[in-house]
Amino acid sequence: MKVGAKEYSLWTIAITLVLLFALIPVLWLLSLSLKPPSEIADGRIIPANFSLDNYKSLFEGGWSGSPFLHPLINSIAIALITTVIAIVLAAFTAYAIARLEFPGKRVILAGALAIAMFPPISTVGPLFDMWRALGIYDTYLGLIIPYLTFSLPLAVYVLVAFFREIPWDLEQAAQVDGATPWQAFRKVILPLAAPGIFTAAILVFIFCWNDFVYAISLTSSDSSRTVPAALAFFTGESTFTEPTGSIAAAAIVVTIPIIVFVLVFQRRIVSGLTAGAVKG
Amino acid sequence: MAEIVLDGVTKVFDDGYEAVKDLNLDIADGEFVILVGPSGCGKSTALRMIAGLEDISSGELRIGDEVMNDRSPKDRDIAMVFQNYALYPHMTVRENMGFALSLAGVDKAEIDQKVEAAAEKLDLVKHLDRKPANLSGGQRQRVAMGRAIVRDPKVFLMDEPLSNLDAKLRVQMRTEVARLQSDLETTMVYVTHDQTEAMTLGDRVAVMRAGVLQQVGSPAELYETPKNLFVAGFIGSPAMNFMVAEIADGKIRLPIGEVDPSQIDGLELPQKGKVVAGIRPENFEDAEIVPDETKAERGLTFEADMDLVESLGSDLYAYFHVESEGVQSDQLADLVGERLAETGAAGMREGHEQIVARLEPTSKVKRREKAELWADTAKLHLFDPDSGERIGRGPTS
Repeated sequence: MKVGAKEYSLWTIAITLVLLFALIPVLWLLSLSLKPPSEIADGRIIPANFSLDNYKSLFEGGWSGSPFLHPLINSIAIALITTVIAIVLAAFTAYAIARLEFPGKRVILAGALAIAMFPPISTVGPLFDMWRALGIYDTYLGLIIPYLTFSLPLAVYVLVAFFREIPWDLEQAAQVDGATPWQAFRKVILPLAAPGIFTAAILVFIFCWNDFVYAISLTSSDSSRTVPAALAFFTGESTFTEPTGSIAAAAIVVTIPIIVFVLVFQRRIVSGLTAGAVKG
Repeated sequence: MAEIVLDGVTKVFDDGYEAVKDLNLDIADGEFVILVGPSGCGKSTALRMIAGLEDISSGELRIGDEVMNDRSPKDRDIAMVFQNYALYPHMTVRENMGFALSLAGVDKAEIDQKVEAAAEKLDLVKHLDRKPANLSGGQRQRVAMGRAIVRDPKVFLMDEPLSNLDAKLRVQMRTEVARLQSDLETTMVYVTHDQTEAMTLGDRVAVMRAGVLQQVGSPAELYETPKNLFVAGFIGSPAMNFMVAEIADGKIRLPIGEVDPSQIDGLELPQKGKVVAGIRPENFEDAEIVPDETKAERGLTFEADMDLVESLGSDLYAYFHVESEGVQSDQLADLVGERLAETGAAGMREGHEQIVARLEPTSKVKRREKAELWADTAKLHLFDPDSGERIGRGPTS
């Protein structure tokens, strides 16, 4: 166990370093968001005076006056709608790809991969023109469509991998037990693929939530602008003050839904759910 | 309650592989039929066609007088036990067993009552609320059977249900299956590659090889009058011994001596030429033990060098070899690896044929010594070396 102990401490050090690297900027952000505007540049990591002014300023003015409330609602709505549509479509697609032999299967998978690798920035210009012509510029739909384009391949890939793991015998057992293909899918396959579904859902949600390129290019007002884009439009209290504090506060606020989302679904991502289905 | 009729059923896979060729089999209502054969012989495919999990390429399948070819599995009223059990891991034992009934819209109270009755029968009552992951192999196997019983289906299909269990449990579950079938009186088709299971369980056994049905009959029929070399070599453990014999002057010349064909009932011997002679291990005996009057009446006494003697307490296996050119047959080649490897016949020198004899445990034969053995030649099986078909009706029919 001596070697084990040594290895253990090495791992601990490595993990601590990675955690520090990842968490210090977050802590810095938290610290900034809690400082009053006058102390923003004092360089201390623990604020001399704690103040919630930055947070208050985000929501000040209520529904009509707040620069943050509309974008927050937009972000949540757009990310959720995209996630639901992407997961439903991806589940069907992935199931077909994992289970059926049909012509063009490889083309679909290769196409999905190609789309996922496509740089989003190159589509922004054309989309801007197209959306304006179609009248969906600065709407939810105008953002949901490009988000689906990029998140569907991702979701399909994740789900295909999960569906392939599910023994085919289970489905056949369900068929023999009298299930229609739909019942077999819903009552046997879906519950077993739940970890995959949730994994894909989290990835899609985070992708939509974090997007900046489309959000800044395809929106022009609070009616559909999401948080990452809205942050760029934050202003200080006067023309001469930097909006650093409120941006930091907003960044902290938008992190919370992600953490909640992951925590809620993480409980469902239990590995080894299929243990005991089949021998071997 | 249903009989199953397979009428010229053939399965050709998309890649052109013919897994089952023109299978004709009538299974009576309440009968327990075993499909047996080495791996890849098409037995599982045949079963899956009955279940509806595999399309039938040509031919007709009828269950209880209804043509089933195009019905989906759920409309066939069958239950199936899979080799790997295929239990639903996210459901408890109770839910697993009741799944089919709940799909059928049976009300909750009735499901509970049926599941509990089945659990009682299978000794699973204590485990009803556990998940499959927390059960032992034998318990999972019983849940898989319970899931089938609860439905009270027309037909039970079992695809090597015991092959994943360890040896001891397998024997225990084998008797369980036999008991279950006689209790339920449901038509049952059971697939296995294990000839012991086939011999002990079935009312009738259907032996398959390379997609073709070789012989159907009661275990005793298969054992005593195998139709060809394949069935002869497949059924029985240790396997039947084979050697090349020559017919000359109205006698059968075996490597161990000459036999008068009149000893063997129902034999229509060709005038001359080569035949393959088969004799089962238990048809040998230590010559000292056999009473003189039996020896005078029939049989053949000969001397052999013992290569190896294994005593199992109840039996004594004596291994020796005879000078014989190798028995060449495609049918037997299929068994190499399956059965012959078991007895160690593989790896013999060219021109030698290994013979296994099962002797009384009181026999005094010793390893590396000469011993006098007696062969009950009335039980000799003769086969055509080219076609592998049996010559004559055989000793007991």
